[in-house]
Order: sequence, then C-alpha cells, then structure tokens
Amino acid sequence: MAIDMTEVQQLFYEESYEGLDNMESILLDLEVGTMDKEITNSIFRVVHSIKGGAGIFKFDRVVTFAHVAETLLDEMRNGQHVVTQHLIDLLLNSVDVLRMMLGSLQGEKTLIIKEVEACQHQLEAVLKKNQEIKTTSPEVSPVAATPAEPPPPPSLPVVTNSQKIWNIHFKPYPSLLKTGNDPLNLFRELSNLGELTVTVDTRNLPDFKELVAENCYLAWELNLCSSAELNEIQEIFEWVEGDCDLKITLTSESVPVSDRPPASELSGGVTESTPPEPDGRPTIATVEIPPLVASEPPQVVAATVHEQIPTPPQDSLKIESSPVVTIQEENASVLATSPAKVQIKESSSEKNNLSNTGQQHNSETSSIRVGIDKIDALINMVGELVITQSMLDQVGQSFDAARIIQLRDGLAQLERNTRELQESVMRIRMLPIGFSFNRFPRLVHDLSSQLGKKVELKLSGEHTELDKTVLEKMSDPLVHLVRNALDHGIEMPAQRLAAGKPEVGMLKLHAFHQSGSIIIQISDDGAGIDTDKVLQKARNLGLIHSEENLTEEQLYELIFHPGLSTATQVSDLSGRGVGMDVVRRNIRALGGTIDVKSKRGKGSTFNIRLPLTLAILDGQLVRIGHDIYILSLLSIIESLRVNPKYVNALAGRAEVYKLRDEYIPILRLYELFDIPATTTKLEEGLLVIVEGDGQKIGLFVDELLSQQQIVIKSLESNYKQIQGVSGATILGDGNVALILDVAGIIQLFHHRTNYLTRHHSIISSSHVATMTI
Amino acid sequence: MAYILISDDSVSMRRMLSFTLAEANHEVMQAGDGEQALELARQHQFDLVITDVNMPLLDGLSLVRELRALPNYRYKPILLLTTETDPEKKQQARSVGATGWILKPFNPDKLLAAVRKVLGH
Repeated sequence: MAIDMTEVQQLFYEESYEGLDNMESILLDLEVGTMDKEITNSIFRVVHSIKGGAGIFKFDRVVTFAHVAETLLDEMRNGQHVVTQHLIDLLLNSVDVLRMMLGSLQGEKTLIIKEVEACQHQLEAVLKKNQEIKTTSPEVSPVAATPAEPPPPPSLPVVTNSQKIWNIHFKPYPSLLKTGNDPLNLFRELSNLGELTVTVDTRNLPDFKELVAENCYLAWELNLCSSAELNEIQEIFEWVEGDCDLKITLTSESVPVSDRPPASELSGGVTESTPPEPDGRPTIATVEIPPLVASEPPQVVAATVHEQIPTPPQDSLKIESSPVVTIQEENASVLATSPAKVQIKESSSEKNNLSNTGQQHNSETSSIRVGIDKIDALINMVGELVITQSMLDQVGQSFDAARIIQLRDGLAQLERNTRELQESVMRIRMLPIGFSFNRFPRLVHDLSSQLGKKVELKLSGEHTELDKTVLEKMSDPLVHLVRNALDHGIEMPAQRLAAGKPEVGMLKLHAFHQSGSIIIQISDDGAGIDTDKVLQKARNLGLIHSEENLTEEQLYELIFHPGLSTATQVSDLSGRGVGMDVVRRNIRALGGTIDVKSKRGKGSTFNIRLPLTLAILDGQLVRIGHDIYILSLLSIIESLRVNPKYVNALAGRAEVYKLRDEYIPILRLYELFDIPATTTKLEEGLLVIVEGDGQKIGLFVDELLSQQQIVIKSLESNYKQIQGVSGATILGDGNVALILDVAGIIQLFHHRTNYLTRHHSIISSSHVATMTI
Repeated sequence: MAYILISDDSVSMRRMLSFTLAEANHEVMQAGDGEQALELARQHQFDLVITDVNMPLLDGLSLVRELRALPNYRYKPILLLTTETDPEKKQQARSVGATGWILKPFNPDKLLAAVRKVLGH
C-alpha cells in the first residue's frame, strides 16, 4: 500500500525533537544516586518512540543507536543502574547525537559518524547485558533493522514451487480463548497458504454440566498442502505459542506443483476434506468448524461437530533439523514473576507534566501547534459573527428610520465581535516563553561545568505568552545574556565564598506581562558590572571625555556601545561575534528595549521589554498636511505645543528644542517627506517627542488625531523597503497610511543634517541624556 | 470494516496507524495514553484494540489487563505494538491476555495482515 509518508515523517521529526527536549530537561533534573521509576520511564518512552518511528521510515542508523540507548534505559528503569553523573552526561550526549542524526536526515545538519559511534560504544560499555544485546538483537549491526520474523532455519532446503504436506497437531489449552484468539482465524490464515483439511477432536469435551463456556475443549488435526515453509506456519501460530500444544510435522515434501495429487488422497485417514471452492474460500468452510466465540452456546458446538476421531498420518517424513516443533509452557516461573515486573508504579511526580513542554524547532516549513481551546474560541467567535451578520442583514432589508437603534446595536456588536476575533486570532501566534527558556538548563549545566562554576538556574513565568516571531528572534539575545552572566557575572566558587556569598551562584530568568508588554528579566547574583573598567575603556576609546562625570546608569549604558562591549568581553567563551550592541540591536528591531541595573559585588539584572506582538501596534495617528501618518504609541514620550523661546537654531538649518534640561533636535516631517504642510510655524503645530534607537527627537506635525490599534501590513512584501517607514495600514475610511519607523527617521535625520559630526558636543550630551530611559 | 481503537503516546505513530487503517476502510479512534484508551473503550464498543506497550499513565500491558476485566472486551482481539523480540516479554503479553503483537517497525501491509488475522476481514 502506498501511503504518502512525508507528512507523517514531518510529524515524527517534530515529535522526536520535542521528546528529546523533554528528555534533556528531565536528565538535567535527575539527581545523582536516585532512582525514580516514572522519570526513567518517561525518558525510556522518548527513545522508544524515536526507535519505533525511525524503524517505520527505515532510518536504520537511528534505530541502531536508539536501540542501544533504549536497552540502557530499560536496565535503568529495572533498577539495574544507579544514576551517576557519568550516566547523566552519557545520556545527554545521546540526546545530542540523536538530534544530530535527525538533523542530518532532514538535511539541516551534517552527520559526524565518529561521534555517533563513540557515543554508542560508551553506551554499550555501560550495558549490563552487553553480551545479550550483541547476540539477541540483530539491530546492533548498522544495516539490519529488526526483522519482524525469524529468518528461516538454514537447514531447511528452500525448494520453491513445490508442495509439501504439513501435519499440524493443534491442541489449545482451555484458556486460549481468553486472549481473544480464535482458532477459526488461525485456520483461515493457514488456508491462505494452501489447501487445508481440518479434523476436530472432541474427546476432551466434558459433560454438559461441567462444561465451562469460556474454555476451549477441542483439539484439531490439520493437514496443509502448501509450498509454505515451516517458519510461515509457525508465524501463524506465533500468538498462541504457550497457550497450546502444537506439533508441526512434515509428512511429505517436494511434490512438484504440476503433478500435485488431489488433497484428499494425500490426507491419509481424513475423509472429510474437499477441494477448495472456486472462489478461493477456505476449505474449512466445509468442515463445519463451529464458531468458537463465547456468544455461541457450547452445546451447539458439540452438536455440529462431526463425531470423528482423527487418525494422524503415520510415517511422518522427518527432515534432519527439527521440523517437529513442540511449544510448551516451559517457563511458568516467568509467568509468575513477570506481572510484578511490568507494573511500573506511576508516581504522581511533577515530571509527568513535562510531556507538555518542549522546545520549538523552527524548520523551514515552520508550523505552529495550537491548543484546542484557542481553536474552539475562534470557532465560537466566528459563530457570533455570523449571527451579527444575519441580524444586520435583517435590519438592512427593510430599513427605516425607526430601526436606526437596531442598526447601531448591530454595529456595536459587530465591532465587539471583530475585536474579539482579532484577539483570538492573535492568540494563535502566541507561544509560552517556556519554549525558549527550556534550552537554558542544558546550557547552564554544560557551561558551568566547563567554567568550573557552580550555578543554580531558576526559571519563572514560563507560561507567559508572546508572539512566535518575537520568541524566535529573542532566542539568540537571551542565550548571549545567559552566557554573559555565567562567564562574567557569576564568580568562581572560591571567590564567592571569600566574598561571603553562597558557593552556588544564582541565575534567574523571569518573564511576565506589564502594561501591554512582555518583560524578561535575566538576573544573577555575581560580581556586577565593573564600572571603573567600563569607564576606563570608554575613555580609551574616546567615547567620553575624561573630565565628564557620568551617573551610574549612564555607565551601564556604555556596555551596549558597539566598540566597547566587545573590548571588555574577551574571554574563551566570548568572541563569537555577538556583543551587547548586537543584543540591543536585535531587541530594538523587535520594537523592544533593554536596560541593565547592576551593583558591584551583588549582581546584575537585565530587563528586556518587548511588544506583545509584531502584527498589531497601538498607533497614534498624526496629520501632516493632507496626509495621515502613524507613530507607535510606545515610541512617543510626550507631545507638546512649542514655546518659541525654547527653540534654538544652531548653525546650518538644525533646530533644537530645550525641554527641561535636554536639548532635543527638531525634525520637520513635512520637510523630510517633501509634502505641503498646513503650517511651517513651529508654534502653530505640535512637537511629538519620540525615542528610537536610544535617542530622542522632536517630530513636528500639524495635528494629533486619534489613537487606535493598527494592523501592520508589510511594505516590503507589497512594495519595497523604505527607510523611515516600517509598514502601512488601511484606515477606517479606506485610505492607506504609512507607519513611521522612529529609529529609521532618526538615522535619516542625522544623515541629512550631518548633525553628528558638526555638533559633537551637543549630540554627545544629548546622547548620554537619552540613555536614562 | 471494523471499529478500531488505537492507543499510542506518539502522535506520528498514531497518525501512521490511523491512516493505514482508514485506508483499509476501518473506522479508527485514537488515544494518547492508556487511561484515555480505557475510558474510550468503556464508552465505545470496539472490534479491535491496538495499543503501544510504553505509554504514560497506564502502560499497554496494564491496559490489556484492565480491558480483559471489562465484560465487553473479554474475547475481543487486542494487539500490542512492541519493539521487543524478547520471548519473556511476549509471555508477559500473553499472560495479561493480549491476543498478539505487532513488532515495530512495521510496514502498512504487515499491520493490515495482523488486523486481518484477528478480524477475519
């Protein structure tokens, strides 16, 4: 059967990665020396599922590797291993190897076979039943994925196209029916292999009074004329092995198909046999095998069965190996002990919940998993929208002035529906930040052992949701900040003890909502930022004048300066080309901000503020001439009417406005856009003080209009990128309005006026001033 | 056409199973763990149950044991999905009342053959 597997395969990858992430976080929580059955069991299941799935897609190498890891985990959950740090590290390494193998199958990573083999050898070395795995499992060889059936015994000559007569003695134990097996099904399968004659043996039927309806008292002698090999017949009886006496004997062999005698002649004493019906239906139909399921009363069984005692064929032809297969209930002890082994206590540990979390893997075909509740809310909302629509429809059909109230109600309802629908749709894009946080336990674990530091990581607010795109783009900056905190923040254990601090450093990641934004805090209790060093560097680089006195906050801001951050952060861990300036740039690109608070000897806290979503913003509509532009409400600090006496015109055409103690450059937007304005007199318009890229600027506009939620339409995908404009939207009246990108406008402004170079002193003071966010 | 319950904690495995069975005109219901499977089995009358061994909350073997205790499932075929080739494990499966097992990995044909074997169609 041909099934399109690509979809299932994609699902397999997603699921496997999720499982591996879970496994990783469980491993990191695992304490040395403990043994929690449920925890090891949940790790086991991850590897088990990967192995199972990989088998379907014939990812043999993954199957082989997973099998070894699975065997080890199986031993662990059976209590054969005590959890050691080595074991945890080994399993973590296995997680990496499996990720790499899956990644290479997707064509995203390269497979380093040496690593796979090294890890596999290490795993094998730990295995208790090392020997067993080599002998019993064919999967260890990289080529073979578990063959489902045992290979045919080599001693049996493989003669195709020749018929053999098999005699099968089948005597089920009374309990056979209790496993849901039905001899009738077995006979049907057999009849698919060739001609089958069935004789029933009713000798063991007890008296009706003693008869237990659920027991099987019958035995059968079967003769099969078929080209099938022994193992094919054995396979049919595979599921009832141990629940029956079974003897399979070869009575005659190598009868060429061409001169195959009729089955009745070959079947010895059995006279009931008939050739198969033309439609290929099994011959057993003629032997009146009674249905054996409990629904049929057993006395009927006795009545319809032919009273015939079978005479098994004599002189069975035997082949040298052992074609006589007797399967007995040999290991009763296994039966007795095994259920205890199987019952794994499901401890109500918190770890059970871990299956819900998982880290996100953004593959090219990026998809999003949405909770059913969100979808349900959406459907609900659409339902209401339909109701509103039909209501408005009714109003519209016979409209007169009397119905204006109804119309107004309907419109209000429509507005509410639309808003709710919009919110619900936006919620689909929202993912818990836990997706991003979950990678940090591993990072901290690896990094701290690499650095010889002791660090405890605390995550909180993992359920805080934010936009998928924001989440993805925040990933790298967060990693950088965590690395920094470990590398530069938290001190070595000895240093910490000397400073009177606990030996184990504390690193906290915290996320929460605050007034329409997401705040992510990364705090450590390390050494804090060395302001003297920062100041020294800044002076060396000529960023500030040596005589300038900066506030502490201004000093901290300096670490975000491009030249500086890389200069102070040289260590073996850094130097990956990402400095604090890049972190800040990435966050700003998302419309967010970052600042830092630090105390010498006590630690540092980085605060990241991000917008909830990128697709909608709270906008302020402003009018310039006849055009309407939109400013992000978040970027606006204040709007004011200009008092001409605070306006200073500097050399050239640049103007600055003295606002309290700051000098803020004025940008006349009508000039920048080259459009006619209602007024060119500053005191007749308004000055909107905005901040972008850490700098403030006063935008001169004609008028402030309403504030509203703006759905951002990409300009790039519809037109092309324009500096100073971040997108566009469609207003209520159908007009298109451009959304201004404040940071871009500030850049444009500097470019135009060349302000920076000519008035360095003023810009540097205003530059520093803007840093107090 | 039969009414089949499949129980596996792996989504891809469930998808694969349900897809294959649906192609063969069976009606399929899915459970993500043993408890859920048991609950569904109580509410519906399935002709066949196919379950994974390793599952959260209630593992496959315990599920079989629980199902066999329900009047409606005393003689219903129940197949285990397993990667184990160990005879001891097979014995365990039988002792709790499983009808048979399907070795993972399997291909669609093999799955359908096993289903045919217990359902007769």
